[in-house]
Amino acid sequence: MSVIGKAADAAPTGAREYLTFRLDQEEYGIDILKVQEIRGYEPPTRIANAPDFIKGVVNLRGTIVPIVDMRIKFNCAQADYNSFTVVIILNLRNRVVGIVVDSVSDVMELTPESIRSAPDIESAIDNSCILGLGSVGERMLILLDIEKLMSSVDMGLVTANE
Amino acid sequence: MAETYQEGSGAGADFDLSQFYQIFFEEAGENLDQMEQMLLNLDLSSANDEELNGIFRCAHSIKGGSATFGFSDVAELTHQMESLLDRLRRHELQPIPQMVDVLLESADASRSLLARHQAGGQGEAVSTTSLVRRISDLAAGLVPGDTAPVVAAPPPSAPAPAPVAAAPAPKPSSSSAPGQARQLEIQIGPLDRPEQADAIKELFRDIPGLGAIRDVPGSPPNTRVFAVETTSTNDDLLDLFAFHVAKEQVLIRDAAGDGSAGPDDEATAAVDTSGGEAPYGFFNGAPGAPHGEATQAVHAPAPQAPKAATRVAAEPKAAMQAQMESTTIRVDVKKVDQLINLVGELVITQAMLAQNSRGLDAGAYQQLLAGLADLDRNTRDLQESVMSIRMIPMSIVFSRFPRMLRDLANKLGKKVELVTLGEATELDKGLVEKITDPLTHLVRNSCDHGIEMPADRLAKGKSEHGTITLSASHQGGSIVIEVRDDGRGLSREKILSKAQERGIEVSEQMSDAEVWQLIFAPGFSTADEVTDVSGRGVGMDVVKRNIAALNGSVEIDSAEGYGMKVSVRLPLTLAIMDGMSVGVGEEVYILPLSSVVESFQVNADDVSTVAQGSQLVKVRDEYMPVIALEKIFQVPRFDLNKSSNIMVVVEADGSRVALLVDELLGQHQVVVKNLESNYRKVPNVSGATILGDGTVALILDTGGLVRRARH
Repeated sequence: MSVIGKAADAAPTGAREYLTFRLDQEEYGIDILKVQEIRGYEPPTRIANAPDFIKGVVNLRGTIVPIVDMRIKFNCAQADYNSFTVVIILNLRNRVVGIVVDSVSDVMELTPESIRSAPDIESAIDNSCILGLGSVGERMLILLDIEKLMSSVDMGLVTANE
Repeated sequence: MAETYQEGSGAGADFDLSQFYQIFFEEAGENLDQMEQMLLNLDLSSANDEELNGIFRCAHSIKGGSATFGFSDVAELTHQMESLLDRLRRHELQPIPQMVDVLLESADASRSLLARHQAGGQGEAVSTTSLVRRISDLAAGLVPGDTAPVVAAPPPSAPAPAPVAAAPAPKPSSSSAPGQARQLEIQIGPLDRPEQADAIKELFRDIPGLGAIRDVPGSPPNTRVFAVETTSTNDDLLDLFAFHVAKEQVLIRDAAGDGSAGPDDEATAAVDTSGGEAPYGFFNGAPGAPHGEATQAVHAPAPQAPKAATRVAAEPKAAMQAQMESTTIRVDVKKVDQLINLVGELVITQAMLAQNSRGLDAGAYQQLLAGLADLDRNTRDLQESVMSIRMIPMSIVFSRFPRMLRDLANKLGKKVELVTLGEATELDKGLVEKITDPLTHLVRNSCDHGIEMPADRLAKGKSEHGTITLSASHQGGSIVIEVRDDGRGLSREKILSKAQERGIEVSEQMSDAEVWQLIFAPGFSTADEVTDVSGRGVGMDVVKRNIAALNGSVEIDSAEGYGMKVSVRLPLTLAIMDGMSVGVGEEVYILPLSSVVESFQVNADDVSTVAQGSQLVKVRDEYMPVIALEKIFQVPRFDLNKSSNIMVVVEADGSRVALLVDELLGQHQVVVKNLESNYRKVPNVSGATILGDGTVALILDTGGLVRRARH
């Protein structure tokens, strides 16, 4: 249950830090400044008639926080819940949301030069939510615009007219 | 400028307002601070409406409060400030530095007057006369020259209104503690006709309770000296005497000679002595100053009086600071929230420890277990105390109004009854604090604009007494506070024409609801004249703003001639609720206890099915729809031996349904959390709460369930 320190956005090259996590075999990166904390998974309270990737809500120190399982949203083959399952708590425009991922890898600094634009591909999410592909050595990071993704209507976290 | 200020009737109260003094003083202090801050930040060359409206609202709030509590000196001063600010925000005047100066000085004066009231009215009050005069000068559009500090007053024998006098002489503040008989020596004159002064003796005869007066022989020619024993203040006496002789010709001395005269009198005295035998000597050259007049009144030069005032103000200020260390502290709501959340965490930790220690051998770990038991009790107590910080019943708010309405109705010559409902509804303290001002405005509005004069009411076939109803209730996920009156209601035409005058775009096709919303525009008022009660159009603007800040909404319903209803709907953030927890499958849901009618075990043959498959249950000759929570919430079943066989009858909006659940788990108070702050609205759910073990349980929206079953 470590808390990630907020990185100063000081690098003159415009490099930004990304928190990387794994979903199945894929590796994703999100802006570290959007991350509030990382915690273990605890069974949430189910909400009826919600999409299956919304696992429910949990109590985070008195705040009711919805939990989204990214593995189900991204159509991963397996979505097990065990003591290693990790929840990333995000703070997006004063809304707090938790996302379930397979594991959190590390924090990486990426310069704009090392980010390639993503080709048009078919995937479970809207392409506009993918900022680009970051290459670190042999690894490929899919950089997500997590704020846009979470506030899109098909995530079901907000009502359509909001 | 034809506004006069009436003093609220203070005596004969059947209701003790003093319990709210502290709140008022704190609020007024905050408003003054805020006003000062905004005045200092005001950019004179490009003052925007928002800022001016803000300053105006501060003055308005202080005035409203002090009038309610009968602090007429403060109310009167702020009333003048408000008049000036009103002209500023209407762009009838251009703000100039002198205005800011005088407003800041007035704020200081108000502060020290308030401090004096807070100290129980002891000590010398600051005279606001000259401030009031300067404000009304500025409000009248006069710009005092920087280098011409001396303002010649009109001659006393001819009180021809100079611009200064255009404002009716305001009631000056009381300058010494009332209620104590004082021995005074009053010198009047020199006068052309000393007989004038004798009329003053008649005053004492005619006005009961004013005191005793007798001649003191041996007074200089053309003057009269009286020995007076009175409980009235110097300023009150001066006001009374003003009917017969000019104020400036009156010199009030304490018989004991200890110089307890107010600053005004000091100023007068100063002029008297410096003027010596020829009191008008200073002003011989002043244009328009009549010569040859035996007595020349001299207003205290403007710059002197405020100096005197500030000198006097210094002492009460020190007293105020001592007083401010009171028995209550005001704490940021955020800090309380943080405290509540931390205690919540503590409760969870405690529950976890209790769980883990269950298997321990009681003999070997006796001390540990005893400690855990203590921890359990202390955590519970702590949680209860922390919760109680925030929750207060609506009666605290409502009990402010009977007195206020009574005074208001007396002042307006109306007959008004107040009915309050749902006083026990508990509300978060933060909400209560913020809802009080808007409610005050709404009630004032209802009384002033809504309720008609008794004669008009009788003419319309209504009872002579108007009724204002205040009610509070929990409805679904909100608290609804209603202010209802049976007065004249809103006039669609009047509002539309007023809106057109103000340049708001309107059309005849607008729905009633849209038209009613127009009255929330800043400065909008349909009142024909401005009174100190309402009519400046500041009320509804403030109401809407304050309530919107709480994520609430205001709805207006009105029928012309029959009255109007303003409903304030507030979200239940942190409102506490009595809940009944029910179990369905492995899940727990909370029902608002207020809507639960009864519960019973059901037999299969009590339930009958109607054609479409919906079920009805017969409860004592009444058939009601059955809602199986298991179906509605798609509760998964793991243990097939358990089944729903308990019915809980709930009532909402006047109809009843029976909810089918597995088991009743218990009743407890729950803190209602908003689901929508991080998630979205969920059908049939009004909110969520955190159970003792730290998990989240959903609170059912019984209103929604009932509507669902009936459609």
